[in-house]
Amino acid sequence: MGDVALSIEGLTVEVEGREILHNVNLAMKLGETHVLFGPNGSGKTTLLMTIMGFPKYRVTGGKVVFQGQDITGLPLDERARLGIGMSFQRPPVVRGVKTRDMVAACLNEQEPEARIAQLAEKADLAEFLDREINYGFSGGEIKRSELMQLLAQRPTLTLIDEPESGVDLVNIALIGDLLNSVLEKDCPIPERKCMGLIITHTGHILNYVNARTGYVMCDGVIGCEGDPHEILATIREKGYQECIRCFMRRTPGG
Amino acid sequence: MAETKSSRTIRDKARAAADKPAAFGENVDLGAYAGSGEEHPYQSDPSRLSAAAREQMLEAGVILDDPSQRAGTFIQMDNATVHSSVRQEGLEVMPVGQALDKYDWLSDYWWQAVAVDTDKYTASVELNQHNGYFIRALSGHKTVYPVQACLYMEKARLAQNVHNIIIAEEDSELHIITGCITASDKEAGLHLGVSEFYIKRGARVTFTMIHKWNPEVAVRPRSAAIIEEDGLLLSNYVLIKPVGSLQMYPTAKCVGKNATVRFNSVLVAAPGSSLDVGSRVILDAEEAKTEIVSRAITTGGSIIARGYVEGNAPDVKGHLECRGLILDGDGIIHAIPELKGTLAGIDLSHEAAVGKIAEEEVEYLMARGLTRNEATATIVRGFLRVDIEGLPPSLSGELQRAIEASEKDLM
Repeated sequence: MGDVALSIEGLTVEVEGREILHNVNLAMKLGETHVLFGPNGSGKTTLLMTIMGFPKYRVTGGKVVFQGQDITGLPLDERARLGIGMSFQRPPVVRGVKTRDMVAACLNEQEPEARIAQLAEKADLAEFLDREINYGFSGGEIKRSELMQLLAQRPTLTLIDEPESGVDLVNIALIGDLLNSVLEKDCPIPERKCMGLIITHTGHILNYVNARTGYVMCDGVIGCEGDPHEILATIREKGYQECIRCFMRRTPGG
Repeated sequence: MAETKSSRTIRDKARAAADKPAAFGENVDLGAYAGSGEEHPYQSDPSRLSAAAREQMLEAGVILDDPSQRAGTFIQMDNATVHSSVRQEGLEVMPVGQALDKYDWLSDYWWQAVAVDTDKYTASVELNQHNGYFIRALSGHKTVYPVQACLYMEKARLAQNVHNIIIAEEDSELHIITGCITASDKEAGLHLGVSEFYIKRGARVTFTMIHKWNPEVAVRPRSAAIIEEDGLLLSNYVLIKPVGSLQMYPTAKCVGKNATVRFNSVLVAAPGSSLDVGSRVILDAEEAKTEIVSRAITTGGSIIARGYVEGNAPDVKGHLECRGLILDGDGIIHAIPELKGTLAGIDLSHEAAVGKIAEEEVEYLMARGLTRNEATATIVRGFLRVDIEGLPPSLSGELQRAIEASEKDLM
C-alpha cells in the first residue's frame, strides 16, 4: 500500500481564544476513506475546517502534513489549489453568484460549459445551474450541489461535513453515488488518486459509502480508532456516553 | 423651435418655478453654468466625429462605426444636434424642435408626463431649452435593433438643457440605448434632461441609459412615463464613473390594465460622488405590475437609494428590491424603500439590505481555489448582475460590458 498522504500530528486548535482540539493524531493513505463520529460539539467540524485552513481556526500546536508538505501555515485558497476540497454542512448563500459560476470556478478550465452540464445532469441539478448558489436550496440540494462542485474540483483530499444531515431518503442514495464518484470508489484502491474524511453524526452514510477506518471524537480528542461499522454498532447500541466512559477508563487518571 | 410651441401657460408656470427648490438633492446654482455651448457642425456620417468622441460614446453603448447594429441614431453635442438618422421603417428619430414644428399634436404630449413647474430644473429646461430627441415607433412597428441617442457635453461649465419625448404607439416595440457623456474627465458642467415617455396600449419599450460623467458634473434628470393597457416599460440605468452630484427620481404611472414597469439600476459611487437615485411607480389601473431592483456600491461616495410603489387599483402587484454594498469604510448607503397602498387586494412588498462583503462568502469561494481577490471580484460581479428579461441580446451585451467596466474600477 501507498505512503501516508495526510498526517495530522499532535494538532491543537483554538477558536476565538478557546481550545477546541487537543493533540489530535490521524493518518490516511491515498484511496482510503475515514469516518469521524462524535456527538454534537465534539470538535469534528473544527478538525475539518482546520485541515481546510479557515483562518478562524488557529493552530497552537502540532501540524498538518499533506503529501509530504507541512501545510499548517498555508492559506485556505492555496490548500484548495494543492488538492484539498470540502463539502460544507451549511454553506453560505452568495447572492448573484450562480451555481454555474461555482462549478466553473472549481473546474478552472477554458470552455467548461459541456462539462458543467454533464456534472449537473449527474447531480440532478440541471435546473439549478442558473440559480443563485444555495439560495432557497433544500438540505438535499445543498449536499448535491456541494458534491457536484467537488466533482468539478477533483481534490486529492475531500473533507465532507455531515453528508446526510437534513437529507431525505430519496436524496441520500444519490448523495451516496456522488460521494462514491468523488472518492473514486469505482477504481481499485491502489489506483485511486484521492481520499476522503467524512464527518457523520448518525453513521447513516455508511450504508452507501464504504470506509476503512472510523474514529470517535469527544471533547476535542480522538478517543478511539477502529472498524467504522463496529464503532457505529456500539454507538447505536450504547450511545456516545459509552464511548466517553470507555475512553475515560483507558486514559491515565481518567 | 420649442419656444414657439410652448403655450403661455407653460412659460408662465416655468417662470414661476424658476427658483423652486427640488424635493431631493443638494441645490445646484444654475447661474454658475453657461447657457450656450460650442457650435458643432452637423455630420451626415457620424463615423466622421473625432476618434476620441467615438471612443467615449462606445463606452456608453453608442456605436457609430457600424450603423447596421442600430435602428436609428441621435447625437447632440453640447446644445447642437450633430446627427440624426433612421434606418428602419415605422420609426422616427429627430431633434425635438423639428418634431414640434412637424407635428402640431406634439403639444398634447409636451410637459404632460413631467410637470414643468416640478422644480427649478424643469423650469430651466423650459426657459432655456437646447433641443433633445424625439423618438417614436409607429403603431404596430417593432424595432429589432435599438435606437441609440447620445447627449455629449464638451464645453466646460456648460448647462445642457434637453427635453426628450419618446412615444411608442399601439402595439409597437421600441428599444432605446442612451449614453450621456462628458468629454472631459475634470471640467465642471450641468446636465438637465427632461424625458417624457408615452407608451400606448400593447406597446413595449426598453430604455437603457448609461451615464459617464466626471467628478465635477452635476446631473438632474427629470423623467416620467405614462403606460397604457398591456404596455411595458423596462428601464435600465447604469452609472459607472464618478459624478459630482446626481439626483433623479423617475416616475412611471400605469394608467391601463395590466401595464407593467420594471426599473433596474446599477449605481457605483466613487469617493466624492453624491448620488440620490430612486424609481417611483404609481399603479393606477387594475392588474398593473412593477418590479424595482437597485444595486448600489460605494467605494467611498454617498448613495441614497430610493424606491416608491403606490397601489391604487385592484389586483396590482409591486416589489421593490434595494441592495447596497459598502466596499470602503467611508462610503454611505441610505436605502429608503416606500410602499403605499390605498385599497384592499393589492400586493406590495420590498426588501432592502446594506452591508459589506461577508467574509464567510469570500472564504467559501476561496475553498474552491479562488484567490481572495478573485473571490471578492466574483461576489461583486454577482452583486451587480441584474438579470433582465426582454432586452435584445445586443443590448444585454452592451449592459454587461458597461457593468464589467465598472468592475475594473472597483477592484
